[in-house]
Amino acid sequence: MGSTVGSHGRVRRLVTGAVALLASASLATACGSGGGGSGGGGGSGTADADGVDDGATLTMWTRAATRPQSEALVKAYNASHKNKVELTVVPTDDYQAKVGAAAGSKDLPDLFASDVVFVPNYTSNGLFADLTERIDALPFAKNLAQSHIKAGTYEDKKYVVPHTLDLSVLFYNKDLYRKAELDPDKPPTSLSEWDRQARAVDALGGGVDGTFFGGNCGGCGVFTWWPSIWAAGDDVLNTDGTEAELSSGTAKKVYDTYRGWVQDDIVAPGAREETGTTWTGVFPKGKVGVMPMPSTTLGLMPRNLDLGVAPIPGPDGGRSTFVGGDALGISATSKSADQAWNFLAWSLGDKAQVEVVAAHKDVVARTDLASNKYSKADPRLVTINELVADGRTPYALKFGQTFNDPNGPWLKLMRDAVFGDGSSVDKDNEAVSASLSD
Amino acid sequence: MQVKAADPAAAEPRTRPERRARPSRATPPRWRSRKAKGLAYAAPTAVFVAVFFLLPLLLVGQMSLSDWPLLAGDRGLNAPENYADATDGTLFWPAVRFTLLYTVIVTVVLLGLALGLALLVQESRPGTGFFRTVYFLPGALGLASASLLFWGLYSPSTGPLSGILEELGLVDDPVSFLGTPTSALLSTVFLIVWKFAGFYMLILLVGLQRIPQDVFEAARMDGASRGQIFRSITLPLLRPSLALTLLLSVTGSLLAFDQFFILTKGGPDNSTVTVVQLIYREAFQRMDLGTAAALSVIVLAVLLLFNALQFRGLRRADES
Repeated sequence: MGSTVGSHGRVRRLVTGAVALLASASLATACGSGGGGSGGGGGSGTADADGVDDGATLTMWTRAATRPQSEALVKAYNASHKNKVELTVVPTDDYQAKVGAAAGSKDLPDLFASDVVFVPNYTSNGLFADLTERIDALPFAKNLAQSHIKAGTYEDKKYVVPHTLDLSVLFYNKDLYRKAELDPDKPPTSLSEWDRQARAVDALGGGVDGTFFGGNCGGCGVFTWWPSIWAAGDDVLNTDGTEAELSSGTAKKVYDTYRGWVQDDIVAPGAREETGTTWTGVFPKGKVGVMPMPSTTLGLMPRNLDLGVAPIPGPDGGRSTFVGGDALGISATSKSADQAWNFLAWSLGDKAQVEVVAAHKDVVARTDLASNKYSKADPRLVTINELVADGRTPYALKFGQTFNDPNGPWLKLMRDAVFGDGSSVDKDNEAVSASLSD
Repeated sequence: MQVKAADPAAAEPRTRPERRARPSRATPPRWRSRKAKGLAYAAPTAVFVAVFFLLPLLLVGQMSLSDWPLLAGDRGLNAPENYADATDGTLFWPAVRFTLLYTVIVTVVLLGLALGLALLVQESRPGTGFFRTVYFLPGALGLASASLLFWGLYSPSTGPLSGILEELGLVDDPVSFLGTPTSALLSTVFLIVWKFAGFYMLILLVGLQRIPQDVFEAARMDGASRGQIFRSITLPLLRPSLALTLLLSVTGSLLAFDQFFILTKGGPDNSTVTVVQLIYREAFQRMDLGTAAALSVIVLAVLLLFNALQFRGLRRADES
């Protein structure tokens, strides 16, 4: 009897213990959430503009393409705050898949950056916490790069802030311009001028080429070709991003120019198979005359390379840029929303924007800081910063599967138009529209 | 002991142990203990298989019958929509054709070369060990690492190969290793053959060394030529090893992903899209786990069919 009672007693004690453990764990979790203000999921959050700096450890993901900017901000934040951000850099090509998989298993980090064009897909699926009140409470809210804010607004709620701005601009090699007897202070102001200058540089020979582009990279085409269409006042998508307008007369003029470069061998070797991994690594070698590049690479160019920066022109003039880069938000499942907001709010402040972002020769996320002590010292930065107002960020829920998918319809259009004879642009444009409205 | 002696199964020859293994109420505690031990030994593997193979398989089956976006999760059954979507896509049949073509090319080239290498280093002579090691060495590299290495070598803008060929005067213009459908396919086949030929050579070498030398000696004494010995002795006796390499090559090629994902991303112009790349694309580019799962189930069924046919063919050959 005694033993039977003892066995039951042990079981009862075990069950009671387990229940007590679960209860205390639940209580602790509840207290943790309560202590965190808005807690997990962010909700609409507290309106505290500064967030909380209480020594929390925050996890953050970013993609390799904007690694230097993210690393610089995180390093400066960790050096001056109790909170510590642990940054994980994910290869750019794998980033969407990683975020998607983590979202499916509710394993997203506290903060995650996203290529701004993918943000609508994430906001519409509830991956980010609502930051509307927090953003609106910032004293400089109206000065934040509105193209990023718009991309991160879904059903009138704001979910992300600009993290790194990456603009497409023309880089041209002044040394090669001089050798080709071109004026190094007169970069192209139209696509036809660009064509003429690229051909003049290419004529130098000896391994020098006129231009370069990522011909097997949909994202590169979006980033560098679309500004030439926008510069002429045309659009590439309808307002809600469900229909493509990539077969317009202006668009065809742009494709024709690029096709001419391919046919006449003005392009550096490798454009046909360039999948986007190394397309920015060609210009720094000093053998290419003029090509579109991401503004974030300006600070990474060799010191001895005399390069100029100019806006991307349209076929007959005008200027525009793709306001790309990463937007940053707090994941809807984060348990440290207030602490994560502390990092976001700090990253947009005067000190971080000027002493970290501008000092690194990057584009600031606030228009009121466009002119700062670093940009004044380098006129190229002024050119880039001023372009933010002329640029656009396209909006489409199906952006990734339509334009960045290496097997998607946009890359087919690009390649048919430039490496083929260009006769299938209208048909390919329909396929792009079908994917957008899928 | 009496119970055991009275059991007619106990008197049967040992070639039919399954009848003796039938337990009864009268099974002694020792036998029950052995059975429990057996179960205990098998349990970890059984649990492993159940958790890491059967459960995921069931989940994939459920996904393939459901509307399951990657970001939104399970939205309920929608069968057979995913299977229709999976085969309706413009890339599906081209991907199937390309995967089969790639499998045939890789298997023929790989097995031919591996067999040649195995015959070359079959006999122990000075330097044989060195060559065996050299041939096998690429096999020690991971496929993703090897693909990245070749991607770098092939790149016209950053890689050395094109420049070397130009310097040697073998070509006039930069070589576009991955720029056309044919060159992309052949460049990838070259990588795979470089990486796996040594490994397959090793399997075939083991098979060759298991063939008794006196069979060869007898054939030579009977005046058989080298060709006759190869056709009538080496190949038939090497069949188990050839079957294994054939199975590995076909299965591996039908599941090809890493090399194309890194080298070509399915390009140029979607000419090198494999079936597994389609699965990845559906899951992580189009974010549709349901269609990706349906494709996975189709690939699994085809693989099972291929393997069953291969086994059946080999068994028939053995019997004949």
